[in-house]
Amino acid sequence: MLTFSSLLRALPGNVAQGMIWGIMALGLYVTYKILNFSDLTVDGSFSTGAAVGVMLIINGVPALLAVIIAFLVGCIAGLITGLLHTVLKIAPILSGILTQIALYSINLHILGNKANQAVNVNEYHLLLSLRDTNKSILVALLFAIALMLILYWFFGTELGSAIRATGSNEQMAKAQGININLMKVTALALSNGIVALGGALLAQYQGFADVSVGRGAIVIGLAAIIIGTVVVGANKKEHNFLLLLGSAVIGGVIYYIFIGIVLWLKLPTNDMKLFTAIIVAIFLSLPHLKIKKKEKKDATN
Amino acid sequence: MLQIKNISKTFNPNSINEKRALNNLSLTLNDGDFVTIIGGNGAGKSTLLNAIAGTWFVDSGQIILDEVDVTNLAEHQRAKFLGRVFQDPMMGTAANMQIEENLALANRRGAKRGLSWQIKPEEKQHFIEMLKLLNLGLENRLTSKVGLLSGGQRQALTLLMATLQKPKLLLLDEHTAALDPKTAKIVLDLTEELIKKNSLTAFMVTHNMRDALKYGNRLIMMNEGKIILDVSGKEKEKLTINDLLELFNENGELNDSIVLS
Ligand SMILES: Nc1ncnc2c1ncn2[C@@H]1O[C@H](COP(=O)(O)OP(=O)(O)OP(=O)(O)O)[C@@H](O)[C@H]1O
Ligand SMILES: [Mg+2]
Repeated sequence: MLTFSSLLRALPGNVAQGMIWGIMALGLYVTYKILNFSDLTVDGSFSTGAAVGVMLIINGVPALLAVIIAFLVGCIAGLITGLLHTVLKIAPILSGILTQIALYSINLHILGNKANQAVNVNEYHLLLSLRDTNKSILVALLFAIALMLILYWFFGTELGSAIRATGSNEQMAKAQGININLMKVTALALSNGIVALGGALLAQYQGFADVSVGRGAIVIGLAAIIIGTVVVGANKKEHNFLLLLGSAVIGGVIYYIFIGIVLWLKLPTNDMKLFTAIIVAIFLSLPHLKIKKKEKKDATN
Repeated sequence: MLQIKNISKTFNPNSINEKRALNNLSLTLNDGDFVTIIGGNGAGKSTLLNAIAGTWFVDSGQIILDEVDVTNLAEHQRAKFLGRVFQDPMMGTAANMQIEENLALANRRGAKRGLSWQIKPEEKQHFIEMLKLLNLGLENRLTSKVGLLSGGQRQALTLLMATLQKPKLLLLDEHTAALDPKTAKIVLDLTEELIKKNSLTAFMVTHNMRDALKYGNRLIMMNEGKIILDVSGKEKEKLTINDLLELFNENGELNDSIVLS
């Protein structure tokens, strides 16, 4: 039955989930937007975060500490991609894919050689759970805001601005004495730490960690960033960095509300990834298509 | 003082594209030398500057800057001693970052970068004063993204950034070649002014023989990875374009790209 109230009832859950993916998008923002590095590690590191978080909790570690450790393990994943790229000179995309593939096996090990591992909210004290979506939204929001503030501060520091310079113009960065390899590794570690933190939160929210929970994370994260950019109109005007970060989180929420509507309309969810990919492809190509259109217009004038 | 001792560099060794770009080149620069470098396309001028900057390592020889052997230092480690302006105005600045952020990055060239704020309040005033020297009105646009500036403005800003922390050596590789003649003149005069004011030691590659004669106290002509002329002081002042053309002819190197006017 397509009743509007059933859509509304599902809404808080979508918002909570969207916000968690928005947190993941904050991590992706660091590499994709700031470092200008297409990092495919995230599909693996998101699952790693989920796996580490859940296994620690069921082994008695407090949920908040588990999330922090998941962050650190995610940093290591990013570090490895960074080393593959900077030390072994493997291309960015391939470096990420290699780590991602390796992480699949590692994640299975972390999960005790199982494809998934449950963490029951009745047995453990969790930070968030789909049993209590309102609390989950609040917790996810707090994490998002804290991370946004930390990123805002970090990228305003000397080190953060050196990373931004590396992403903007490597030649310039080197000429200013910036060790661009170190900057890349640092940014990749930070990014994947945040992505893993998102994974740890999602696992608690849904009550289990799955080895393939991160599959397609890069596309969802990109969708969140792109939707957010469109919503705040950041592609037109210059915007405050904090607002740009916030837009990625909002983009995640909007994306999951969109998914909620698709589910509500009983559209085939199997095609969800196909829809997502098409939408992301369209938005990624928009700037290019606009330029083409303008060139055509100029040519006819 | 810069001492270059017998440096050689071969690109793509042992292949059909093998190219010996620097051939056992030696050169000593005294403090305060402002050297203009001319030579035909592919003579090795950029390669010489890149060898000093550490874009890659030389195959043999030594580069010593003020008693420090920099031959085996990475590019970002040598940056501490060097100011650089590239031919491409896009190369020297970070387009996505603000003018003041670019200046702050340059103000920390070679310094440790930690977790303190990227720009100190007292730096801003200094930046404003330095930008006023450029006469481009950039002092009122501190928070504009550099990507919005014109090529000439970016090149002037790069020049300022290269000299903000006094470099032991300033490397200018055809840094006005991409600019229109009027802007090129402004940037060249600014270059001379900054070099004089800070008593810098500088290399300036140019394809314009008039500029090569007009600026600097020393002139070097390169051909096939070697220095074929090195004159300074009074001798350089007496040099004429015809002298240079003759030399080019002798080396079979007269070349369209050598701009006369
Ligand atoms: N990175 C590189 N890889 C391969 N070959 C190179 C490289 N850099 C320079 N060369 C070659 O070395 C030779 C010297 O080049 P260089 O750029 O130093 O010339 P130049 O004197 O600066 O010339 P121009 O006036 O055209 O800028 C050329 O034959 C060039 O093709
Ligand atoms: Mg050159």
